[in-house]
Amino acid sequence: MEKLLEVKDLEVSFLTYGGEVQAVRGVSFDLYKGETLAIVGESGCGKSVTANSIMRLIPQPPGRITNGTIQFKEKELRHLPEKQMRKIRGVDISMIFQDPMTALNPTLTVGNQLTEGLKQHTSVSNQEAKQKAIEMLELVGIPNPEERLGLYPHQFSGGMRQRIVIAMALICEPELLIADEPTTALDVTIQAQILELFERIQEQTGVAIILITHDLGVVAKIADRIAVMYAGKIIEVGTKKEIFYHPQHPYTNGLLTSVPRLDRREGKLIPIDGTPPDLFSPPIGCPFTARCPKAMEVCERVYPMQTELSETHQVECWLQDERAIKLLASK
Amino acid sequence: MTRYIIKRFLIMIATVLIIATLTFFLMHAIPGSPLNQERGTNAAVQANLESHYHLDEPLFIQYLIYLKSIATLDFGPSIKHPTETVNDLLGRGFPISFELGIVTVMVALISGIILGVLAALKHNGIIDYLAMTVAVLGISIPNFVLATLLIQKLAVDWGIFPAATWSSPTHMVLPTLALATGPMAIIARLTRSSMLEVLTQDYIKTAKAKGLKPYKIIFKHALKNALMPVVTILGTLLAGILTGTFVIEKIFAIPGMGRYFIEGINQRDYPLIMGTTVFYSFFLVFMLFLVDIAYGLLDPRIKMHKKEGE
Repeated sequence: MEKLLEVKDLEVSFLTYGGEVQAVRGVSFDLYKGETLAIVGESGCGKSVTANSIMRLIPQPPGRITNGTIQFKEKELRHLPEKQMRKIRGVDISMIFQDPMTALNPTLTVGNQLTEGLKQHTSVSNQEAKQKAIEMLELVGIPNPEERLGLYPHQFSGGMRQRIVIAMALICEPELLIADEPTTALDVTIQAQILELFERIQEQTGVAIILITHDLGVVAKIADRIAVMYAGKIIEVGTKKEIFYHPQHPYTNGLLTSVPRLDRREGKLIPIDGTPPDLFSPPIGCPFTARCPKAMEVCERVYPMQTELSETHQVECWLQDERAIKLLASK
Repeated sequence: MTRYIIKRFLIMIATVLIIATLTFFLMHAIPGSPLNQERGTNAAVQANLESHYHLDEPLFIQYLIYLKSIATLDFGPSIKHPTETVNDLLGRGFPISFELGIVTVMVALISGIILGVLAALKHNGIIDYLAMTVAVLGISIPNFVLATLLIQKLAVDWGIFPAATWSSPTHMVLPTLALATGPMAIIARLTRSSMLEVLTQDYIKTAKAKGLKPYKIIFKHALKNALMPVVTILGTLLAGILTGTFVIEKIFAIPGMGRYFIEGINQRDYPLIMGTTVFYSFFLVFMLFLVDIAYGLLDPRIKMHKKEGE
């Protein structure tokens, strides 16, 4: 498989009145052509910031990418001049945001918003752009696309708007689609439809997808690989099977057991106790130590190295470190 | 849309009628009459004059005559300018006042929006602070104070612009500046705050994610939305500029309508008062009507709403 995107040691922080918040603290991952990578984690763990950093859409100031590289094909995006970055946004990499109700401009027609990116990046005629927009609306399953081009966003339902947003993101045929919680704001029934749409689009166009979500149900449905983020770090990454059936990090485990299940007898939810650490002054050791049921002394002092469990499955946890295992065995 | 316009037009007529009626009775509630002077005209002449202007009729009949004059748009002769009709005076004064008003609105709108947008784009920068200082000064200094200051400095001391009257474009500079500064400041502040809000909206981020050029994001996506509140207060601002013209015209000796309006009230020149009031109110109501239409054009959601409401 060919590598499409390689993020290495990405660090992003925000300067606020209270001090520097280290939102992303050394994130590395690879993305291959045509695959779906899900980045999961609870609110504030840095998943959206990671996504926005790839697009360089972090508001600067206060945000700042302080370290790392973002290699997209042969281009290094972190230091690319803004003008060239604009030629990548919407063309090579597209992004979809959480709330379709606010992602579309209320004062412009859908057709106008669909075609403006295409017109900016290519030299198509108005007629060709319109034709392409109709094709895209058909692709995302909007009936009577020709008539709908002249309508305004408020004349569509939430699910329809998200379809339009997706059509808009795909109109320049990007190789990478970053979807930041694309189904969170939708009804459950619509969620399923949108996820099916993602699958169908990926089949038809071969676009790679980075899916940011906190919904493990969504992940189970469409992800190929999963990266679990906690306190600005990716603590475990693996294929869907590896993460769902053999989670090795106590946090991943906690996440999975906290999902409400229909087949469990007792009606109680199982939360992870405690709260995530304060990212103004993140702990030196593993940030999950305070909430971890299996925490050891070393966890608090030193951040664990990455352990390779298989070619695709890596975890950053002392429990998986050979040295710790030996030590525990000798005791 | 057509139904909406017709409906609005009827409301407009009703509004003007109410204003006209109130003006009529208020006017007659003020003691004195246009013919009441210390000149000591003899009783027969007085009676003759009164009957000539229908002032001897019962109030209600006078009211009907007055309504008829509004309906036919002929306000009759002025009492104090016996050789001219009210329509003559309006016809002479209005183009000048209108010119002053329109230029003022243009200057206030354009400079206010530019200032507001610049301030928002350079949020918390030097330009922002500078623009907002100008805006606060503009709001706090009354236009008559600014007018005298401008005359003193720019006309008397430095002699750059003429101090008064209305004959060439250079004559327009000072009155326009004095009149436009206040509304400009209000528009600038409003544009800035609404622009700042719009720039944080998701659809701006969407536009950025599409790789659009910055000027497209600002003008096509942000400004159109940011101008909604500006359009909303435009009606009130127009009223302010309108009344502002009375004072400014007086200070700069501009032969506009404001002079006749004040003169009419001071001298109880009934036809003149009524003519100017009805004219002014009709003009203002019509402007508000245009603002409403513009509102619908800027925001497609409003048109729908009105249609559903009918």
